[in-house]
Amino acid sequence: MSDGSSARVERRSLEDASFRVVSARDSLVTRLRNLWNRRELLSSLIRSDIRIKYKNSALGIVWSMLTPTLFLAIYWLVFAKFLKNGIPNFVVYLFAGMIVWNMFNTSLSTATGVIVVRSGLVKKVSFPREILALANVGSATFYFFIQLLVFGLYMLIVQHSPDYAYFWLLPIAFLALYFFTAALAVVMSAITVYMRDMEHFILIILQLWFFMSPVVYSYEHSIAPQLHAHGLAWLYFLNPITLIMLTFQRTFYVSTVVHSTVPTVAGGHAFPLIKVLPSWPMSTYFYLDVSLLGIMVVLFLFAEVVFGRLQGNFESEL
Amino acid sequence: MATVIKVEGIAKTFKIHHERHQSLKERLLHPRSGSTEVFDALSDINFTVDTNETVGLVGHNGSGKSTLLKCICGVLQPTSGQIHIRGSLAALLELGAGFQPELSGRDNVYLYGAMLGFSKKMVDGIFDSVVDFSEIEQFIDTQVKFYSSGMYVRLAFAVAVNVDPDILVVDEVLAVGDERFQAKCIDRIRTFQDEGRSILFVTHNADQVRAICDRAIVLDGGHMIADGPTHESLRTFREHLMGTAQEHDRSGLLASISIDSITTPSGSFDVRSGAGMHFDVNITSQNAYSGNFIMEIFTRKGLLVSRSDAKGSPVNLTPGRNCVGIDLAQIPLLDGIYDINVGVVDPHGNTVIAWREQAASIQVTYDGREGGLVELGATVNQQ
Repeated sequence: MSDGSSARVERRSLEDASFRVVSARDSLVTRLRNLWNRRELLSSLIRSDIRIKYKNSALGIVWSMLTPTLFLAIYWLVFAKFLKNGIPNFVVYLFAGMIVWNMFNTSLSTATGVIVVRSGLVKKVSFPREILALANVGSATFYFFIQLLVFGLYMLIVQHSPDYAYFWLLPIAFLALYFFTAALAVVMSAITVYMRDMEHFILIILQLWFFMSPVVYSYEHSIAPQLHAHGLAWLYFLNPITLIMLTFQRTFYVSTVVHSTVPTVAGGHAFPLIKVLPSWPMSTYFYLDVSLLGIMVVLFLFAEVVFGRLQGNFESEL
Repeated sequence: MATVIKVEGIAKTFKIHHERHQSLKERLLHPRSGSTEVFDALSDINFTVDTNETVGLVGHNGSGKSTLLKCICGVLQPTSGQIHIRGSLAALLELGAGFQPELSGRDNVYLYGAMLGFSKKMVDGIFDSVVDFSEIEQFIDTQVKFYSSGMYVRLAFAVAVNVDPDILVVDEVLAVGDERFQAKCIDRIRTFQDEGRSILFVTHNADQVRAICDRAIVLDGGHMIADGPTHESLRTFREHLMGTAQEHDRSGLLASISIDSITTPSGSFDVRSGAGMHFDVNITSQNAYSGNFIMEIFTRKGLLVSRSDAKGSPVNLTPGRNCVGIDLAQIPLLDGIYDINVGVVDPHGNTVIAWREQAASIQVTYDGREGGLVELGATVNQQ
């Protein structure tokens, strides 16, 4: 500010600067461009979100690894030990599904109420409002990678080797997960402004969704036989999370058919074969994942349009 | 001179819910109940702001000035019309609205900067001057939730004015902070003016507008009723206030008194500096009324030179024509034209009964050596 001359140079260039337009309804392209221009705000919000979450806890960021690990231990105890589902190396199988689920779950449960919670900001400061929801997805993404790291360490310790040939599918599946999560987070955050019940309702939906996704059980083993008999297998794949989880499980768990850890007859020595994962070739995974990614990108754009429509009346509802 | 803000046909309507059904149960039970009323907060607003201009937005509560400001800042979307903005804009709508209480002052400076649309690199560059301006060096790494409200506001103001915006939008925030900090804020705004930036300043304090702005826009009920030089707009504003006050006045008192003219015995309004002057204010009253009398003298730039009243002895008006005399024993003003406003107010000074803005103008001639506004007759000698 003390440098008056540089300030004046900047001001002179204003004459050629282009106008920003504020109008009743912005086009999708304008909205996406605004989002991109404010990416720095997005990263600031993500960083502060992560910092605030563990600010006053003694263990701090360790909680982001500890919580999922403890959940994992509980599921392992319940499904592998008490219910004896027979899947060998069940922790690896669980882990692969859990990291996908946690990203989705954390994003949605935090983003749903975010615009209502931060209404003070929404009413006073100008920025694309969906950034608040996207910031929650962003911090969930950060925890996703931390958990992936823990997962990698665990596999090193138990010396379980993933299928490296499938690794390149992971970014595609992850992007599909990201866009799907972002689309839902953006739309849910706007709907909650009009219907406050959503904040509570979403928790029930997520609980149901969790059991409709193959995290704690195997799709091929527990669901597919029944659905195939009625030709309804496609129904299960309407849940986009399924395909993403299968890709992660195929990459990290590797085996599609394994010997059960539970003998056919109690105390016997015959261990039946169980199909844990679909025995698709890599190309099937690839085509499915790529088409899913395409659909999810379109879904995200659609979510942006819906958000644009809904945000016009925010101020009279907040 | 370049246009930085262009407001074209902006209108904003709000839906006011009389019964708010925001939970699912209520929506299902009463799908159509709860009447909504459409309220026009703004209609057909058009104006432009250039670089180097300080524009005041004036209007009483509910006139739509804050809504307009929020539209310009992009916080609200107008219902129709467009606003074109060029250059970076920093808005001081509610100071510290973007602060996260759990984060330290340092983190919040960066976060708030990002919210105002400035990059981390830019905030890095101004960080020291922000801390310096806010005067909270020793608390910059303390969590903001432990700040006093004054510290909170000072930090927010410091960020907003130090990020080097092309357009600064200020909404009645100058009422915060202690007197010294307020003076500092006004000082910073003056620097902005000198640097040729644009400032949009919202207030209902006419004195503040006179002191800072060179142009004023008056809003009333969502309509623009004046846009011009500050003193002219403010005159419209006052007259308009009187007009609306008369509409709501059931006793009919306001319409009963009118100030017709000011005359001088000689008929001339020219005066030599240091000489005295006598005015006759001609007032027509329909009823007998006893109230106070006020006179204001302004410079042409809108600076209040003096405000004086009848000093406790009421002015008794009788039905018909009245004449109130004002004696100025001595006018120590320097060269220039000064505007005189006169008015009748109730004895407690709460309600303006009759008002005449710029009822007369006096031309003062001065041939001494002093500069400024008044002659103090200072003598300098060595002892």
